[in-house]
Amino acid sequence: MFSIEVGSIIFFITLCLSCALFYKNFSKIIRNINLGKSAGEFTDKKARWKNVFFIAFGQKKMFKKPLVAVLHLIIYLGFVIINIEIIEIILDGILGTHRILYSPNWAGWYNFLINSFEVLALLVLVSCIIFLIRRNIIRISRFHNKEMEGWPTSDANLILIFEILLMSAFLIMNAADLAMGHVNKDWPGTGSDFWISGLLAPYFHSMSFSSLYFIFKFFWWSHILGIFGFLNYLVISKHLHIILAFPNTYYASLTPKGQFNNMSSVTNEVKIMLDPNSDPFSQPENTSSPARFGAKDVTDLTWVQLLNAYSCTECGRCTSECPANVTGKKLSPRKIMMDVRDRTEQLSKGIDKHGENFADEKSLLNDFISPEELWACTSCNACVEACPLNIDPLSIIIDLRRYLVMEEAGAPAELNSVFSNIENNGAPWQFPASDRLKWKEDE
Amino acid sequence: MNLTVTTMSEWRSKGQTPEVLFWVGSAGSFDDRAKKITKAFVKIMNQANVKFGVLGLEESASGDIAKRAGNEFLFQMQAMVNIEVMNSYNIKRIVTTCPHDYNTLKNEYKGLGGDYEVLHHTEFIYELINNKRLIISGDFKGKKITYHDPCYLGRGNNIFSVPRELIKKIGFDLVEMPRSKKTSFCCGAGGAQMFKEPEKGKQDININRTQEALNMNTKVIATGCSFCNTMITDGVKLLAEGSVEVLDIAELIVKAESL
Repeated sequence: MFSIEVGSIIFFITLCLSCALFYKNFSKIIRNINLGKSAGEFTDKKARWKNVFFIAFGQKKMFKKPLVAVLHLIIYLGFVIINIEIIEIILDGILGTHRILYSPNWAGWYNFLINSFEVLALLVLVSCIIFLIRRNIIRISRFHNKEMEGWPTSDANLILIFEILLMSAFLIMNAADLAMGHVNKDWPGTGSDFWISGLLAPYFHSMSFSSLYFIFKFFWWSHILGIFGFLNYLVISKHLHIILAFPNTYYASLTPKGQFNNMSSVTNEVKIMLDPNSDPFSQPENTSSPARFGAKDVTDLTWVQLLNAYSCTECGRCTSECPANVTGKKLSPRKIMMDVRDRTEQLSKGIDKHGENFADEKSLLNDFISPEELWACTSCNACVEACPLNIDPLSIIIDLRRYLVMEEAGAPAELNSVFSNIENNGAPWQFPASDRLKWKEDE
Repeated sequence: MNLTVTTMSEWRSKGQTPEVLFWVGSAGSFDDRAKKITKAFVKIMNQANVKFGVLGLEESASGDIAKRAGNEFLFQMQAMVNIEVMNSYNIKRIVTTCPHDYNTLKNEYKGLGGDYEVLHHTEFIYELINNKRLIISGDFKGKKITYHDPCYLGRGNNIFSVPRELIKKIGFDLVEMPRSKKTSFCCGAGGAQMFKEPEKGKQDININRTQEALNMNTKVIATGCSFCNTMITDGVKLLAEGSVEVLDIAELIVKAESL
């Protein structure tokens, strides 16, 4: 009995440590998202929950690519449903029991559950292998843009390999368990073989009970430690989308995609400029001007835009639909989202080291995203439409353009003449405003 | 050809209120290609005896281009001046041939004191037909056509079916491009690109889109936006000069009905 107690204690400590570590790191992500500015009110809760239900839970937008959507759905359902088994694993781990939820009274139900988990586990395993093949052998082009070089590609492969290992551990653990029952009739079974591990078990029948027990324990521990590890891997990975997809779809914009927000800070200034009674030299007393117009760094973006960045799983559907990217321009909406997350993480590390007022010489604009990328955007909303999670790279592009134009007068020369034409003639071209109705005369 | 165009101030001096304001827009007023679309739409409204007004010299750029280019100051200046003019005429309903102005007037003027019902001209024509004010004979039976969704009409404001319904009413066989409706591919003009050289790349966006449209082997490529029209017309000039016509839906109707 002593050995079980040691096992229980080690298990309990590992469980607590991994949960505490996840809590600490996930809190940091929430802190980082809150580095963003206020995003205003979120009205129409009904429509928002509808989006969470259909787009996050239902994965509606994934189904634009049906085959991938089915494979993704399998992994998602597998992940959610097989994790029910974790309840039993954790209880067994803490109490030192074996399949605590099993009782001969509901053997049918228990076996049905484990059988479903096993079928799902096999399907997940196959799906992950197909995904690995798509990425690495078929080499689907959207997984191999420039921004995917290095860590992002390893991250994607690691997630898939992780899942394959977890599913294998789960199936082998069950197979060893069944084999133990075959070798030693006193080993508590569940009354029948499981569907998938039952096929594996005969390969173990020639082994001794103690070897099987070791294999069982080894894979039992690998499986649960793998899950703890995976949980903590999430916070440094693009895989975080499995959590943030839900808030992200809730807070996503509900207005027509063509509509850009009106900057209220600008409205105040414009009203003063247009008011004939206002003294142009007086400073408005109560209105504090914003630090800057538009966004130069991630702290100028809203927290929803930062949540967008942390929710991005780098699937690249946005980039593969982007007209600028498709025709070989530098702009990639996915890179915009990755840059926002990378820059936020950079600030986060600085804040951890130097305190909350940390500032450095770097910024999102220029150090991560170049004006060339920004000016290639046609604002066509293809990226926003393509995103399975309703991430909005376009709003970030526009906020960066706003900074470039309003703070640095950094628009391309042609656009600067368009601006002065609009100011002087009320049209982007150099025609006199007095000719505006001429169209009806000339033939 | 006699177009009847009355300005809002002329309506006012007559003591009358037109049923709708036709927002001509800067391109519709000054750009040679867009002016033809403006006139085609006016012919249709004249044919249907629509009492419409234009702002004429009181109209100024909507500010859409400035806004997409990041110049929020200039946009709001333009918006507020236009809103003041329109509110002084107590405008309730606006129709425009430009999807960009449509989007700006409908969605972005709202928060700045300009609350209007805004229609794209295809929606307005559709309404005229449904109300039996405009009769379409559907003479173009059997002729193949493809339709390019303007981003700010389609994805931007979810108007996909009305332009298609109109095309079918005229009698065309509509052939859809592989990338259409929500996944339509931009012509390359949006976001102020119309007014600047594209960034360095392998291809111009309009060439990519025009090639896709040409692959459909139709005699006509229809659009509902003068910028898209210009971009695809330029593409056709380069890829297949003279083989295809690029026409606005208003122009299709004028042709079909010999207005």
